[in-house]
Amino acid sequence: MSLVQGAHPQTSQPAKVRAALLAWPEFNKPAVWLVAVILLIMPFIANGFFLIEIFATTLILGTVALSLMFLAGYGGMVSLMQLTVAGFAAYMVAVFGMSANTNISLGWPWWLATPMALILATAFGTLGGALAVRTEGIYTIMITLAIGAAFYYFTNQNWPIFGGHTGINTIATPKFWGVDWRSDIPFYYVTLGVAAFCYFAVQYVSRAPFGLALQGVRDNPRRMAALGYNVNAHRVAAYAFAAFIAALGGVLQVWNYRQISPGSVSVGACIDILIIAVVGGITRPIGPFIGAFIFVILRTFALDLLVKLGLDGNRFRLLIGIGFLAIVFWSSDGVIGLWERWRRGAAAVDKRAGGGHGHG
Amino acid sequence: MTRFIERHPAWALILLIAVAVLLWLILAVWPPGLEEAIGRKRVFLNALFNGITLGSLYFLVASGFTLIFGLMRNVNLAHGSLYLFGGYIGYAISAWTGSWVLGFIIAFLGVALVGIVLQIAVFRRMEGQDLRQTMVTIGLSIVFADLMLWAFGGDFYQIQTPSWLVGPIELPLVTAVRSSGEAVYLRYPLVRLVILVAAIVIGIAMWLALNRTRVGMMVRAGVDDRDMLAATGVPIQLVFVAVFALGAGLAGIAGVVGGTFQSLSPGEDTRFLLASLVVVIVGGMGSIPGAALGAVIIGLAEQLGSVYIPTYAIVVTFLIMVLVLALRPQGLLARR
Repeated sequence: MSLVQGAHPQTSQPAKVRAALLAWPEFNKPAVWLVAVILLIMPFIANGFFLIEIFATTLILGTVALSLMFLAGYGGMVSLMQLTVAGFAAYMVAVFGMSANTNISLGWPWWLATPMALILATAFGTLGGALAVRTEGIYTIMITLAIGAAFYYFTNQNWPIFGGHTGINTIATPKFWGVDWRSDIPFYYVTLGVAAFCYFAVQYVSRAPFGLALQGVRDNPRRMAALGYNVNAHRVAAYAFAAFIAALGGVLQVWNYRQISPGSVSVGACIDILIIAVVGGITRPIGPFIGAFIFVILRTFALDLLVKLGLDGNRFRLLIGIGFLAIVFWSSDGVIGLWERWRRGAAAVDKRAGGGHGHG
Repeated sequence: MTRFIERHPAWALILLIAVAVLLWLILAVWPPGLEEAIGRKRVFLNALFNGITLGSLYFLVASGFTLIFGLMRNVNLAHGSLYLFGGYIGYAISAWTGSWVLGFIIAFLGVALVGIVLQIAVFRRMEGQDLRQTMVTIGLSIVFADLMLWAFGGDFYQIQTPSWLVGPIELPLVTAVRSSGEAVYLRYPLVRLVILVAAIVIGIAMWLALNRTRVGMMVRAGVDDRDMLAATGVPIQLVFVAVFALGAGLAGIAGVVGGTFQSLSPGEDTRFLLASLVVVIVGGMGSIPGAALGAVIIGLAEQLGSVYIPTYAIVVTFLIMVLVLALRPQGLLARR
């Protein structure tokens, strides 16, 4: 593919379009366009509650889980600290920006505080990654979980910077060009824009030389090292990229809730991100968003549903846990895997039906 | 020991000096200048003893964790749940019968039974798939946590200390000298000292069982090379079940112990899971002496940290982990 392009630099316009379509197969399917249009006109369909509590929250959680999907799916590193990175970014927005806790917040304007938060959170995630890559495989989970849990306990007991267990409240959100970007419809478009950006960035990187090398490292690190690739550098770079995505999600999250407290970075929340990614499927970038949608729907409506079925409404986490176990037991690549298997099964049935007496 | 001194003379010297300074800090009467600089000796000694006893509790939890990991490569992230479950069983039994010892025994048996069921019904089906096993343990920890929240609610429980362990005793350590020349001795809760002794006894028993018995030999061989052990005809599945039961049971009795001198509530499972993780990362994964060393280090760091730098105490623990990962990624006492 790249060889052909290199041999004929003067390709015509339609050929370029075709090449782009080959590189981005999403654009070729009508279903994808349908989803994109629905997402774009969502504010005209859904009211404020659904728009923010369901769709914007899905997009934010999906973005954070996307960073885990990138690490786990392409790098083979299951990092449980992606939510911690996001929470760190959220805390940094609160610390550098404006909030009700004036003795903590530095009061910078949002266009200064947000890049600062992104840079610091990316650095934090990269450092954590550099620690985690010192060991391999299953140890990654342990170390990243330890980092996440340590950060949770640290925010709980640290008052001067992180505001202890009450956290930081009433954080200012951006207002410019005469738009309050936290009001429902603009905020929905902001989250949609960021989520789409992250999605396509992951999609692009996974096909770029770096992403391919990373997948090589995932499949056979020793061979890649023998070929002259710096295995650890690739892994740390993957952590840096994932940390940036998670940080974007974290900034959106703090703008959404306008407050941040240790509860948002608890170990349970870290594990929720893993659940979202695994339930959705960690083989494709779309998986985390599907997982996040299922998770948010369950979280929002499980209470009503359980009460309606005559059960205790507080057993939402039990439901999540059992669902997660079921997915891990029966489908290693999540809902996407189930869907694909079902389609393949349907196709096979079609073929068999067409082939007549082929089996028996 | 002598080999260590020969190979690392500088480290040995530093360690020797550190031990000497520590002994002096414990045994000597502090001069007034030192008391002014870092506070009363009583505070220091209390933090030190609390650190060591907390370390012994961490050892009980982490030794099971590291044993299971070492043999089966199973990172049991539901270990904290087993701890909390053991604590709740101990609470229920001791509140019902009034006997602490009975609660202790039933907690061990009950949680070991859960371990056996888990190993046979769940983990045996996915042997060799590390990541999937870990994911399953995560799912189980969520389910267990919610079931226990359902059954016991969000309240704090404390297991009644048996009457023969209540109250402080006087230790032959001088904390200060009164102006009259009379020495003040350290008073310390008896129950914590008993826990320390019990942890040491359990640790030594485990070491003996691993190094001096036939089953221990099988376990050690399994840690080194599981497949080869299976090929020699050892009923490895039985060994797995036994080790999982023992590891889970240890977490269970640790729950009873922790519920006696601390308290039980939702969230403690995460705390002790984190403690076991850090302890085995520091001490070396799969190593019992490593778990003991790591537990004491982390317990001391936590207690001394919370006395002397209260709002950054967890950072000390964390920095120790970072330092170990940077210098010796396999952990302090791991062989590889």
